[in-house]
Amino acid sequence: MDIKVNSKSYKIKKAVTTLLEALTYIQENIEPTLAFDYGCKSGVCGACSIRVNGKEQLACSYTPADGDTIEPIRYAKQRRDLLVDKSIAKSLIAKTKATIHSYKEEVLGVADEKKSEVQSNCILCSSCYSACPVVEVKPNFLGPYALTKTYKYTIDKREGEPKEHIDAIQSSGIWDCTLCNECTLACPQGIDPKSDIVNLRNLSASYGYMDPNFSNMGFSGGFGFDPNGGF
Amino acid sequence: MQMHDILVVGSGIAGLSAAVTAKQKGARVVVATKSSVSVGNSVMAQGGMNVALGNASSDSVELHIEDTLKSSHNLADPKMVAKMCQGGIEAIEFLEQIGVPFSRINGARSPLKSIAQRKLGGASAIRACYAQDYTGLKILHTLLDRAINLDIPLLEGLFLLEIIKNSKGQACGGLFLNIESGETQALYAKKIIVATGGFGAIYAKNTNSKTSTGDGIAAIFRAGGELSNLEFVQFHPTTLKGSNILISESARGAGGYLVNSKGERFIDELTTRDIIAKAEFEQIIQGEKVYLDLRHIGKEKLETLMPQELKLIKQYAKVDATKELIEIEPAVHYTMGGVSVNENLEVVGLENCYCIGETSNANVHGANRLGGNSLLEALSFGVLGAKEALKNSDAKPMEQEINYRLPIKKGSDNFALFRVKKRLSTLLFEKVGIVRDEKSLSEALQELEALNIESLTIDDNPSNSTLLLELLELKNANILAKALIKSALWRKESRGSHIRSDYPNESKEFECNSKINI
Repeated sequence: MDIKVNSKSYKIKKAVTTLLEALTYIQENIEPTLAFDYGCKSGVCGACSIRVNGKEQLACSYTPADGDTIEPIRYAKQRRDLLVDKSIAKSLIAKTKATIHSYKEEVLGVADEKKSEVQSNCILCSSCYSACPVVEVKPNFLGPYALTKTYKYTIDKREGEPKEHIDAIQSSGIWDCTLCNECTLACPQGIDPKSDIVNLRNLSASYGYMDPNFSNMGFSGGFGFDPNGGF
Repeated sequence: MQMHDILVVGSGIAGLSAAVTAKQKGARVVVATKSSVSVGNSVMAQGGMNVALGNASSDSVELHIEDTLKSSHNLADPKMVAKMCQGGIEAIEFLEQIGVPFSRINGARSPLKSIAQRKLGGASAIRACYAQDYTGLKILHTLLDRAINLDIPLLEGLFLLEIIKNSKGQACGGLFLNIESGETQALYAKKIIVATGGFGAIYAKNTNSKTSTGDGIAAIFRAGGELSNLEFVQFHPTTLKGSNILISESARGAGGYLVNSKGERFIDELTTRDIIAKAEFEQIIQGEKVYLDLRHIGKEKLETLMPQELKLIKQYAKVDATKELIEIEPAVHYTMGGVSVNENLEVVGLENCYCIGETSNANVHGANRLGGNSLLEALSFGVLGAKEALKNSDAKPMEQEINYRLPIKKGSDNFALFRVKKRLSTLLFEKVGIVRDEKSLSEALQELEALNIESLTIDDNPSNSTLLLELLELKNANILAKALIKSALWRKESRGSHIRSDYPNESKEFECNSKINI
């Protein structure tokens, strides 16, 4: 089997079940200095996220095929070979203030657990961020995983200040999303950030926020309703 | 020189709970970790965290202490076990308040009473608090969100090379390899908390994250700290054959059977891991295959209790666990031994340095750890370690002169490292495995010496070199493997996870810790 890593071809002369095994094969037999990251080998630490044929995958769970093209995930500084700088996660979590701000004593039940069960399966692999077309044109966009985290904390009954979260995601946040669904397709954990963003928009409306694109369009844009009637 | 009150090395659950606790008490804290913040063994913990809340059966802290002592085969210290178990209540309150999304039960009277609990092996009550089978993942990420929002600097890509000591021989900082720049970097603090994890990943066949190479344990050892009970290496009985992906103990807790090729059950599935792993080993050397059977539990219940497991079994064993048997084998899972600490979690032989979680031997697991007690230890002692480290913190660290030579040399054979690493890990699994004896241990030590890992070098640009990282980890593995074999040779008895075929019984004479110093 031949695979390409950053445009360089490698012949894998061993049966492998995961891409990670193929990368390890290259490292041990062909190019020992090939730099890449991995950890748990079981899809739960997020270290080995990678792009295969233009789609985000976890190297430890993707089964490689002949001709596959491997490259680093996007919107993360490439440090060497497949190694990237993922430290942006920390600044996005800080910007969205994703944590409980004011703990409120609440007795939770099964329904509460289920509300954010999937959202809290996030492994911080950055696949959704890499797949997001908005980040390409708006590098400040808070991006899918940080917004999913926001949603999780906002709907947590233990959060006494849900508005703090809503306030934090208005600028460069939920309204910049195009709802293209790429994040949802990219998530290896079955999380649906797009729906979380839609839900956050609805919640924002209940706190008095409006879609800034909509208001811009109506009053200053070239189409839609113009209250001045063109005069 | 930037001065910190506390330097935490390691960003797993132990390290982050210590960092958050110290920061909330107003300390200047910095966290250094060799990988990215979420990478490590913590996120892989599935089953749960033991706290005697009594939400699903009657339970008490006393009963929890008793179970833990029993599982330790008389090696755990009742005082430390009590500290850990009692600390569990405060720890779980803390987790509830920062928003950990635990699994729940309906109709509870108070927040803690609503946390769902499940039964794990060796427990006389239903005691493990869980979040489906993603318990570690959800605790770690909630802690991480909190740490980030408390503005704790989380410095990623710093590999601990050495503990820095002052003229009095006290720890006052860490010397790191900055993986990105390839240069060394020192961080100074009044107190150091080391929470880099265990060393299970140095074995062939293990369930651990690649990162669990005992770097902190090896660095403390080199700095004069004492190590103890290294010979107690826990084999987990249910890992997928070949890939060694962990299938949580909750599978047996939920009623899963262990059967051989004939379909016969051969052991009580809810006893402790040491006993089950040995029973499986005996089946395997008799030529039997060993399987986990979950079929009778029912699809719906499995999907609720262990969604991750079902996914992993499907992905890596290509089996539908609701309909088929799952072939399993025991693999290294946890290292009970580690850095010796006193009752305040300060390292024996290295003042101002504290150790928490799997890095330490805090005398709470003894010869066999109970499932659900590792998350408990990480949190309970993470919180306690931070409190202890903040006491008497009048130390004034001074910048020290440090010379460190990276093992890089032009013309080195870069492939040698992988050959040697494979040999070391296989050697450990085969000769220092579930069952050992004088002969196998001596052979392993001899062969390890001959590998001459100390003099191994690579030829690479040190900046962003994963090869360099592999080599530094291998050098630590070499130190720990030798210390482990020497400890195993010393313990001429069988106790818990340490099984000597030449000394098959427990001996009163060895009812104490093995200790090893540089």
